[in-house]
Amino acid sequence: MSNGTANQASTVAYQVMWNRLISVVEEQAQALIRTAFSTSVREAGDLSAGVYDTQGRMLAQAVTGTPGHVNAMADAVGHFIRRIGYENMFEGDVYITNDPWEGTGHLHDITVVTPSFHNGKHVGFFGCTAHIVDIGGRGFGADANSIYEEGLYIPIMKFAERGEFDKTLQMIIRGNVREPDQAMGDMYALATCNEVGHHRLVEMMEEFGLENLSGIAAFILENSHIATVERIAALNNAEADGEMRIDGYSKPIDLKVHLEIKDDHILCDFAGTSGLDKKGINVPLVYTQAYACYALKCAIAPEIPNNAASLAPFKITAPENSIVNALHPAPVALRHVIGHMLPDAVYNALDKILPNTVPAEGAGTLCNFQVSVRPRTDEQAPPEAVRAEVLTFNSGGSGARPSVDGMNATAFPSGVMTMPVEATEHTGPVIIWRKELREDSGGSGKLRGGLGQHMEISAREGHEFDFSAMLDRVDHPAHGRQGGQSGAPTVIKRSDGSIMKGKGKQFVPHGQRVIMAFPGGGGYGEASERDPELVKRDLARGYISSTTAKRDYGFSDQEIAAIVEAAQRGESI
Amino acid sequence: MTQSSIRMGVDIGGTFTDVVLEVGEEQFSTKVLTTYAAPENAIIDGMQQVCQLADVQPSDIGQIIHGTTLATNALIERRGAKTALITTQGFRDVIEMRTESRFEQYDLNLTIPEPLLPRQQRFILNERVDAQGNALIPLAREDVEALIDSIKDAGYESIAVGLLHSYLNPAHEQLVREVLADKMPDAMVSLSCEVSPQMREYERFNTVVANAYIKPLMKSYLGRLEGQLKQQGVDCSIFLMHSGGGIISIESAAEFPVRLVESGPAGGAVFAANIAARYGLDKVLSFDMGGTTAKICLIKNQTPKTSRVFEVARTYRFKKGSGMPISIPVIDMVEIGAGGGSLAHVDAMRQIRVGPESAGSEPGPACYGRGGERPAVTDADLVLGKLDPDNFAGGSIQLHTDNSKAALETVLGNTLDMDALTAAYGLAEVVDENMANAARVHAVENGEDLADYTMIAFGGAAPLHAGRLCEKLGVDRLLVPAGAGVGSAIGFLRAPFSFEANRSVYMRLSDFQPNVIRQLLTDLETEATKFVRSCDADAEIISEYKAYMRYSGQGWELPIALNKAQALDPDATVFRQLFEADYISLFGRAVEGMDIEITVWAVNATTPTELVEPVEVLTGSGEAAGNKTDVSPASAEMSLAEKKRTRTLFDPALGNSVEATVVLRHDLQDGQLVEGPAVITEDETTIVLPSSRQAIRQSDGCIDVRTKS
Repeated sequence: MSNGTANQASTVAYQVMWNRLISVVEEQAQALIRTAFSTSVREAGDLSAGVYDTQGRMLAQAVTGTPGHVNAMADAVGHFIRRIGYENMFEGDVYITNDPWEGTGHLHDITVVTPSFHNGKHVGFFGCTAHIVDIGGRGFGADANSIYEEGLYIPIMKFAERGEFDKTLQMIIRGNVREPDQAMGDMYALATCNEVGHHRLVEMMEEFGLENLSGIAAFILENSHIATVERIAALNNAEADGEMRIDGYSKPIDLKVHLEIKDDHILCDFAGTSGLDKKGINVPLVYTQAYACYALKCAIAPEIPNNAASLAPFKITAPENSIVNALHPAPVALRHVIGHMLPDAVYNALDKILPNTVPAEGAGTLCNFQVSVRPRTDEQAPPEAVRAEVLTFNSGGSGARPSVDGMNATAFPSGVMTMPVEATEHTGPVIIWRKELREDSGGSGKLRGGLGQHMEISAREGHEFDFSAMLDRVDHPAHGRQGGQSGAPTVIKRSDGSIMKGKGKQFVPHGQRVIMAFPGGGGYGEASERDPELVKRDLARGYISSTTAKRDYGFSDQEIAAIVEAAQRGESI
Repeated sequence: MTQSSIRMGVDIGGTFTDVVLEVGEEQFSTKVLTTYAAPENAIIDGMQQVCQLADVQPSDIGQIIHGTTLATNALIERRGAKTALITTQGFRDVIEMRTESRFEQYDLNLTIPEPLLPRQQRFILNERVDAQGNALIPLAREDVEALIDSIKDAGYESIAVGLLHSYLNPAHEQLVREVLADKMPDAMVSLSCEVSPQMREYERFNTVVANAYIKPLMKSYLGRLEGQLKQQGVDCSIFLMHSGGGIISIESAAEFPVRLVESGPAGGAVFAANIAARYGLDKVLSFDMGGTTAKICLIKNQTPKTSRVFEVARTYRFKKGSGMPISIPVIDMVEIGAGGGSLAHVDAMRQIRVGPESAGSEPGPACYGRGGERPAVTDADLVLGKLDPDNFAGGSIQLHTDNSKAALETVLGNTLDMDALTAAYGLAEVVDENMANAARVHAVENGEDLADYTMIAFGGAAPLHAGRLCEKLGVDRLLVPAGAGVGSAIGFLRAPFSFEANRSVYMRLSDFQPNVIRQLLTDLETEATKFVRSCDADAEIISEYKAYMRYSGQGWELPIALNKAQALDPDATVFRQLFEADYISLFGRAVEGMDIEITVWAVNATTPTELVEPVEVLTGSGEAAGNKTDVSPASAEMSLAEKKRTRTLFDPALGNSVEATVVLRHDLQDGQLVEGPAVITEDETTIVLPSSRQAIRQSDGCIDVRTKS
């Protein structure tokens, strides 16, 4: 071997250790999914896990989970260090919080941090976050006027000291939430997953004979920093503005973005964005940072793993008490409704700097709703009628990309999954009558926007329900890019034809269904430039109607009839 | 099992068709190139070769056991029949909408895999069964007739029927079959309540569609194979290996061809389980590494771990979620894109990355000298001294070390400021670490600590990497069996007749209904036994019972094994104890005061695995091969001194090169000891013995590698 063998060899060892740490946090996340109780964690993957050095710098984060926790998790451990103090940290400690501003944006996210000790010395931290289904208060929804109505607040504190879990804290939590077993089960699952990570870290340190993580931390952070800065430096310095208007709760909201690419970093500022909403759709800055940063990373440095150094060059700011930098005590329970829209707003600016890179606007916000079912009250309910809370996650269509159609009924930017209908119908007395693609909902264009979906839900015979809607794009559909057309807007109504609102809790009487059509993504480029083969395929599959084929893509009646007939013969087109 | 002492195992793989003929104690094997257009031709060719080797006639063969990747490949390459899906109104797009999520979070141009059937081949019926199994909207026969009248002239060869909650109430699906039999008698029909009676519509519908899609193809292939064999004079039963590690009749295979998916790797796991039994090992990690992928499987108590769902045809770097789920009983393994042909590059973080892209056989790794310019795992192995350039694949392929060095330097070395050797070291360490990580995660997911496991390695590339993998995993013992190159086909010959029947039925321990459980498990047992009986009319049949349990509210079940008494005389307290014991061993602590629920029940009917002759383990008290000139007791006549050769081998654990003894596997005698560092070579592969290990040849030809004391 050549000279510098020792250095070269240690580079190989560090490469192995970096891989290992990423595998450790993935495993930490898997342990959480397997032991968690809330559907939001175990079915939908609304969680995050990471490993940190003693200074609280994030070294690796699991890619399992959702982008909403990206920066929030990177910052969280710093807050724990400041609040708890190194001098009060002992082996066997576990810390906890659901502070929206020092955790991940709303009271429903529980963050648990565990210091890691090796040979009696403090060597780092493990942190994880999960969305639990209930934290008391009004219940999960947009209707609160301040954070105090949204549920129990747990400041940064010890969940366990030297291995002893705090009984008082547990009694307070149990006494304040609707599903105490489930909430405690999830909190223990969070502690367990950190433990799993810790054991694997210690094994690695023993294998490589490490006393501390400073060497590997420096290696990870330096390489990530160099790689990220290289990507940014490869872009020309430039500035651009973007904006997007969405429904909001009581009035429409304008999201305004100013982007500035400057040498080795990117500034993203939300000055000019609407102020706070009265209801719980406001966003703490950590969550704004997470989604804005996620959007930029996807477009500029997608394959660089998340850690303190790879996130640092993305600087996200917003004026205080704008809707994207809500301060205490603003209500923030549904901060995701606005947060999920931020990437589209950021892309409206970035498209001016980096053409042919970012997608058209899409559904953005997940099309979620929570159903509180109970025995009917208008008449005598049958004896077997019960109460239940049923939460579902669903997706509209994503925006068309410069060279690919948008994705049908697929979450973007959120990273969560939907729940199987058969599983949902086992959790409570509800029937989902329809869950399928929505024809003609993707914006026409050279590349078509992704299709939204139809959903219909009712309670079982003998029940009525409150329907808590968390939908947007009712009045503001996803716009196309470069001449592409808009996707279809959200539609929500009752089966008797009465109109329902996109947000807030609404009563649905016995025998009524809620009928929804979730939005499609915007198209990309002029529809006239679309490959006719793709139009044929879309028509054969019923992604578009004959009307659209004729109006937007100029197909003749004869051509349309031939395709429809071929499709009826089951020909794959 | 049939009594004839001559049995043949056949494994059709992506590149080679392996044929093993077992005549009494003796084995004769060959590899022939797979003949894609008519896969039966390769079998006939291989059969003639082994019969000649063994000097027997095809008509002497008493039993043939067959496994194949044809089903998997048909799904990957979308070469199935014209198929329609009939489903519940409102749910036409279940197989297309999948989980509504992205399996890769940071790729803006991600495309979601297309479903097996496009939308115009999916049809709906106005009917609905609820989560309790009641018909909310009864299915009208006229509706079914009208639908089938409208599609019967479109030329569908195969029909899949998947209706909501049919795992609880199959009546509607059965009615559709009745009408189909009447109106489309030539179409093949698959019902989701039979192919995969499990909750979760996406998995169940996708599984029944996959079954229907490949059914005509597999049925026709199996028919041709039977005919051709008969022409050759073969007059014996033919059985198929299934993905759960057992064998089923050719008729069952034609009815449920989706159960043949991944039958080759399942045979590999059975092969390893058999070796484990021979050595009395209760905790084994099987490691199978070929040209493009590595497969890792846990084998406890000589039984491979099984699972209820797995994913085929991953479209995106083997990434979880990028394929299609198939929910059938299957041997649970992790497969990662790491094989001899896996290619390396340097990413944006100046990190070496290996695979899943593979050099394949054309152009192959750079060292093949066929125009490959990017370094593959085999190139690193060559530069590190693990391979002999002049004796690769029995000398049939000349390897070019210079090409490997050039590729390593160009692609890795120049960017990372490393010489070829260090780059090779880095590449090999990364691929070994990838495999070790996959094994670790798999073990942790199953609550196992690998430290007390033994590894069994087979497949062409595994013995080159197994030693280092053991070092990384803290595994002290490694067995490299004889015949490792055709391990899967040998595994087929060791597999029992078996069939697993399962069903989703929810029950909470707080509402425990022993009578319902007893009836359900008895029904499942009858169903599973029927399949096994169709293979063998009088064999002893053992039933294995399982309940999938979790705390109410959790999403992941643990499979809890029940013995006959626990299954047929069920008791809630016992169920709780069994579940909590497993939960604690997996996650550290039980969750107090929480109700427990059972979601799925399964019964596996199986013939007993054949008794194995235990190997008397030789401890290698003899002399070390190659290192000493003395003769070992087991080989009084042989003097290895004459054959003593060494070559330079890089030892990654030490971080430097060492002089390694070169030993021919052929020359080793029973009980003979080889001290690491050493390489033990044979035609198909090379066993690399790191400095930390020593090896002993056992009486069954296994090389038994252990940590030096």
